[in-house]
Amino acid sequence: MKKPLRILVVTLLLAACSGGADADSELLVSAAASLTDAFADIEEAFEASRPGTDVVLNLAGSSALREQILEGAPADVFASANRFNMDKVVQGGEAATEPQVFATNLLQIAVPAGNPAGVTGLADFGRDELLIGLCAEAVPCGDFARAALANGGVAPSVDSNEPDVRALITKIELGELDAGITYVTDVASTSGGVDGIDIPLEDNVVAEYPIVVLRSTGDAAAAAAFVEFVLSNEGQAILDEHGFTAP
Amino acid sequence: MKRSRATVGRPPTPLLVLALLGLAFFVIPLLGLLVRVPWSELPTLLKSAVVVDAMRISAIASISATVISLVLGIPLAWLLARVEFPGRSIVRGIVTLPLVLPPVVGGAALLFALGRRGLVGEPLYEASGLLLPFSMGGVIIATTFVAMPFLVITVEGALRNMDQRYEGAAATLGARRWTVMRRVTLPMIAPSLIAGLVLTWARAFGEFGATITFAGNLQGRTQTLPLAVFVALESDRDTAVAISLIMIVVSLAVIVALRDRWTRAL
Repeated sequence: MKKPLRILVVTLLLAACSGGADADSELLVSAAASLTDAFADIEEAFEASRPGTDVVLNLAGSSALREQILEGAPADVFASANRFNMDKVVQGGEAATEPQVFATNLLQIAVPAGNPAGVTGLADFGRDELLIGLCAEAVPCGDFARAALANGGVAPSVDSNEPDVRALITKIELGELDAGITYVTDVASTSGGVDGIDIPLEDNVVAEYPIVVLRSTGDAAAAAAFVEFVLSNEGQAILDEHGFTAP
Repeated sequence: MKRSRATVGRPPTPLLVLALLGLAFFVIPLLGLLVRVPWSELPTLLKSAVVVDAMRISAIASISATVISLVLGIPLAWLLARVEFPGRSIVRGIVTLPLVLPPVVGGAALLFALGRRGLVGEPLYEASGLLLPFSMGGVIIATTFVAMPFLVITVEGALRNMDQRYEGAAATLGARRWTVMRRVTLPMIAPSLIAGLVLTWARAFGEFGATITFAGNLQGRTQTLPLAVFVALESDRDTAVAISLIMIVVSLAVIVALRDRWTRAL
């Protein structure tokens, strides 16, 4: 079943790239949702530096990507938002190389522009009358957010556990949630619809992003080149622009 | 309708092969799930708080969605089938839209319309303090939005196809319009109505995208069985498979027991 499935997936992906040039090789990069904007820019720069390679981004919560990879969905590169999901992929025998940390990120409180509920810090997450959203526990941002709240001694009164950080920030941007905890980079990525409130460093959690070439890759050279590009000065400069910190 | 077997011989082989291939397409994923079921731990898994909460919310939401669809969907189907008005095909298209729209789009549309800052949601919230997203009411609205078209389409089809002379006869004999509806029309379309209700319930029971987008995901408040599966799939696969199994068993039982019994006449 594996081969027909792969053909189907590739066909669908090709169909999705309407009007795309005749790329010689296609590189499927499964990346954490929090990397959405940064990796879009990296994709563009990488494709410019390596004509003939077409990068296709598969963006979702790291835990969902991990499950896809462990269940045999084809991908060339995996970029996770935490070590836990990467370790699972390595333990599952799906990694072809040693994972390398390429970026770090900090958490920030996200509130709708103008902060209508008057949130000032982690303590507000215990206020029952506010609509509070976090990422689901299985997703790295949910795991980190709970760690930060525990560090601050706050028991959150959660109204929704969102499937990934993008779903969470969208509901905050729409004003449907009063506050949530996302990455600094997610707040920076919205065009003014979200305000960020810093979490004190002693409570904050540093998220490390590891990247790896997967065993199922059909083009190990291109996959390794992509990883190298992410770690290169050019790749790091793009990540820096989006608010990530070099490891 | 009588069945005639005389003309039905052995089915042509190519047809049979393709039919079995079609069947395999549905059966293989089901088997894939069944082989993963942790049978020995099943009773414990099904008694866990996550599963019990999700069952309760799914039961309330799917039954409420079916009742709302019944109350609003039959009149809507009747309007579409029996009343000539300009733009009827557009109205029918709008009613059918949730069938073809990705449910996430439906959920987003509901959020824009009924959210705290939504078109209708904002004045509603300011007037009454009623907040639909992230509430049980939100789950019911999201599932009804996605499921009601099944009822409207089925009942509308039945109303169009039924022999209207019976209604005419009843009216000639002096029955009032409401009596005709109650005593003639509804009994005549009963099989389609039941079939439509079962489909509506089943769609509501399995709803995921619109619910998570509009109503969020919180155990004990808005987390239905499909949402619980989605969350568990990434952290606790045994629970995810156990919940999937209940959903399959319950859905199949309802569809087989009700739908087939009532649609045999069609």
